[in-house]
Amino acid sequence: MPTELDEVVREEWGRLVALLLARFRRLDLVEDALGDAVEAAARQWPRDGAPANPAGWLQTVARRRVVDRLRAEAMAGRRRGLLATDLDRRPPRAMADPGDLVEDDLLRLVLMCTHPALVPEAASALALRLVLGVSTHDVAALFLVPEPTMAARLTRAKKKIVTAGIPFAVPDLAALPGRLETVAQTAYLAFTAGYAPASGPHLLRAELAGEAVRLVRTVRALRPEDPTLTALLALVLLQHSRRDARVDDQGRLVLLADQDRDRWHHREIEEARQLLASPVVVGTPLPELAGTYLLQALVAAEHAASPGSAQTRWDRVVALYDQLLVLAPSPPARLARAVAVAEAHGPQAGLAALDGLQIAGSHRLPAIRAELLARSGQVAAALQQLDTALAACGNETERAHLRRRRDEMTGPVGPEVGCQGDIGIEC
Amino acid sequence: MRYLVLLAADGEVPAWSTMSEADKQAIMGQFESFDAACRDREGVEILAAEALGAGDTATVVRTRGGERTVTDGPYAEAVEQLGGFYLLEAPDLDVVLDLLTVLPPYDMQVSPVIDPS
Repeated sequence: MPTELDEVVREEWGRLVALLLARFRRLDLVEDALGDAVEAAARQWPRDGAPANPAGWLQTVARRRVVDRLRAEAMAGRRRGLLATDLDRRPPRAMADPGDLVEDDLLRLVLMCTHPALVPEAASALALRLVLGVSTHDVAALFLVPEPTMAARLTRAKKKIVTAGIPFAVPDLAALPGRLETVAQTAYLAFTAGYAPASGPHLLRAELAGEAVRLVRTVRALRPEDPTLTALLALVLLQHSRRDARVDDQGRLVLLADQDRDRWHHREIEEARQLLASPVVVGTPLPELAGTYLLQALVAAEHAASPGSAQTRWDRVVALYDQLLVLAPSPPARLARAVAVAEAHGPQAGLAALDGLQIAGSHRLPAIRAELLARSGQVAAALQQLDTALAACGNETERAHLRRRRDEMTGPVGPEVGCQGDIGIEC
Repeated sequence: MRYLVLLAADGEVPAWSTMSEADKQAIMGQFESFDAACRDREGVEILAAEALGAGDTATVVRTRGGERTVTDGPYAEAVEQLGGFYLLEAPDLDVVLDLLTVLPPYDMQVSPVIDPS
């Protein structure tokens, strides 16, 4: 595919889908038509040269396809016929207006894809497909499912949108913040699937995480004053900034304490810092979800501000987790707080902070107990916890890490007490 | 579009028989508010609405292997209690979901009506 086409698909796909949907309201036809237009471009542009306005070219070709299909449907006497005739008569939208109208159409598209009536996993996949233009093949690869499975999932979601009458619309102002929260949760779900896959061979899937960051950025550009999207963008930028340092050249997990911080993406960290200082999130009461994203982002920012684990202000990290636990108490947040407590006040204090905590099916809790037990010299109990963690862990890279720790603990030199700056939990 | 709204279970509404007269009045008031909200909303119309008898007054008809049986009781695989329904005309799902916030907090299911042609 020529690069101009790559670029226009990457940058303009969501806008094109949104524009065509605003006019025709037929999700099924619009997407096929755009696909056809891209195919036509792949044939013609290398031969005739790329047009002056590539996005406009794709839009025109796709629009003709939709109209052709609507006419064909009308001829076939299908029930959509009336609508098609109707649409043909409708005056075309002002095409010369690339301003607010178009941005609102893009927001409509995002809200439609992330409607709470859709399964969240399907919603985030659909948003990557329709808003960002990621091909079905690539969406399948990103979510680690076979392409036919993902194609069926996307088809089901699109069918639900059409059949259930999920609108291509921006809800009234009162409902919009709540809907933007669903957008944020959907995007964060996709990010997490990339940042920390629950299974499979890789510790992280940077491309999926990167696409999710792009989605958050795109939506936030439409509503820059939204605190939830602002805090979330800061959070995912900070977490994503460490991607190249989290695995070594052999694909092994590198703990936060041991990461080469020069390999963190400092431009992204800087962007996140600016977001965290913006009046949208500073000195103003925040909705609960925005608050939880903000506090987690501030934890990540503490790490980003520190030259190494030893210099990290763990006392501040503990205080941030204390606030998070007041705002949104959850077992994973307690676990992360216990790690920070251990770093600030020693492994015994960390173990005490874990007292009574249970997270069904999680390998992280026993892995961290094991580490803290080992640090306080209780090797037998630590090994037992490590075995529990290994039995629960489905991610190959994390399993390899846990096995290495087990070997180190049973080895002739005993556990490496105190030399691990952190315990595999990142924030 | 047309939507069937099934009031599928009591949700956070206490059982009718356990309610005080004042509480019953309040619930009825919410149903009336819903009627009014539908009247006021453009493109929305209540096409049909009924309350249904309790589950133990229902009769179930099943056909298995060509043989029809008629039995007492609610259809086992359906929701335990079907309290009532609305058939609504509405522009889209969000309008329906918005209007339903006026009703008492029953668990509900919203299904689009399909044109079989």
